[in-house]
Amino acid sequence: MRNYKEDFPLLMDTDLAYLDNAATAQRPQAVLDAVQDFYLKSNANPLRGLYDLAVDATDRYEAARDRVRRFINAEKTEEIIFTRNTTESINLVAYSWGLTNLKPCDEILITIAEHHSNLLPWQMAARQTGATLKYLDCEPDGSYPPERIAEMITPQTKLAAIGHVSNVLGCVNPVEDIISRVHANGGIVLVDAAQSTPHMSVDVQSLDADFLAFSGHKVYGPMGIGVLYGKEHLLKEMPPFLSGGEMISYVRRDGAVYAELPHKFEAGTVNAADAVGLSAALDYIEEIGWDTIQKREEELTKYAFEGMMAVKGVHILGSTDYRQHHGILSFTLDQVHPHDIAAILADDHVAVRAGHHCAQPLLTHLGVRSSARVSLAFYNTKEDIDRFLNSLESIRRKMGLGE
Amino acid sequence: MANNTFYNEILTDHNLHPYHKERLQDANLVLEGINPSCGDDIILQLKVEDGVIVDGTFEGDGCAISQASVDIMLDMVVGRTKEEALHIAELFHKMIEGSASEEEIEELEEAGALRDISHMPARVKCAVLGWNTMKEMLEKV
Repeated sequence: MRNYKEDFPLLMDTDLAYLDNAATAQRPQAVLDAVQDFYLKSNANPLRGLYDLAVDATDRYEAARDRVRRFINAEKTEEIIFTRNTTESINLVAYSWGLTNLKPCDEILITIAEHHSNLLPWQMAARQTGATLKYLDCEPDGSYPPERIAEMITPQTKLAAIGHVSNVLGCVNPVEDIISRVHANGGIVLVDAAQSTPHMSVDVQSLDADFLAFSGHKVYGPMGIGVLYGKEHLLKEMPPFLSGGEMISYVRRDGAVYAELPHKFEAGTVNAADAVGLSAALDYIEEIGWDTIQKREEELTKYAFEGMMAVKGVHILGSTDYRQHHGILSFTLDQVHPHDIAAILADDHVAVRAGHHCAQPLLTHLGVRSSARVSLAFYNTKEDIDRFLNSLESIRRKMGLGE
Repeated sequence: MANNTFYNEILTDHNLHPYHKERLQDANLVLEGINPSCGDDIILQLKVEDGVIVDGTFEGDGCAISQASVDIMLDMVVGRTKEEALHIAELFHKMIEGSASEEEIEELEEAGALRDISHMPARVKCAVLGWNTMKEMLEKV
């Protein structure tokens, strides 16, 4: 079997079992090369200069936009806005669409499982507009009973902002059902795809999402480049989020006419090199193929899940079916705080996350103060998981909790 | 990193069997200390009479380092004057910064079991949570 770690220089240069992929993935050589190649051969300020180098920079930046469009199957490149990350994409919608369109009698619907970056912008928008923020509660396994969804969505639901895959539980949320119900009530839906885009094909047209946000660095691309997809008619009506250079058609003493989409939302010099890097990452994913990625991730998730369940005192949050986890296994270990778990694992060269995973309301809802989290990528191996399991088995003893 | 030796018996024992973890009914100083990034959360409770800490307890939740550190601290400061407690807290901070002498670490008795924290920047805030909370309480008196 192909060793995919060979594509990732950092992984080849360390014996670390890197199991924190939901926080950020590693980058393949192809992405590092693409970023460097932009700076070596095409570096000029895109969208401005009239000389060949600047035209080349612009072309590569816009080609990256079209690559992203194909990745999520958007209809038009104008619907792809480059941002820094998912958080900025969601904030763009909350400030620009939210503050313009939300009224005191409106409701914003999110789930209890949202990452703070798909929660705080809506708390802000609710506070500033007088709209009400409502929470859709999940069951302990992360599921949402259809009747609860139906009950929570009303003609007052102006906007729903829903995570596609939970960064804590790993489960896929019923976004199609939520989208069709919200649309039937005249509202719109933003999908936070930060944790789904690394693991599955995402199609904005088949989902019929109005907005969709994701980060480059979780799909093997560079940090500092993210994406907001928005339906053209919505983006057209929205005021700019940030203003300044490169987002105007012309400026007078007393005002300005903004640029057309997508540049209206990309103020200032853009992050062209990392957009090009993201494009290379999406090419890389396509080359490996979703079938391979999903097959490997499912095998690894099963192996880790079964191994963890065999360790005394381990409790995995969410579904008891490994197939629902998409490589994300958050867990607790009886009488051991997650930070101590992570510290002992770190000493055994295993990288995991510990804490509240930026989803405090969910952990409170589940009655857990904090947890540790293993998150897998297709390049992980059974050896990585064995190292994790061996260390995990030793923790209670090391903490003085018997043999 | 030296975690395997770091989670030593003194530390794990104070974590699993904290002597001071309970409510102090007649406390006259109570303050909550929180590490927002990791969720360590303690409520430190002291009874101070005539400038002497006559009793002290804590409640709350956190990692072994935060819990053991505050339990060890209370072992050391109960029965001492406010000034003595602040002096010990000062030494503890010096140890965590890596600037304490061997004599000063000696003076810290069991708290010296946390000396390796000086090489673990990610855990410093866990170790100092209880001490910072006590300092803030006593300096207000």
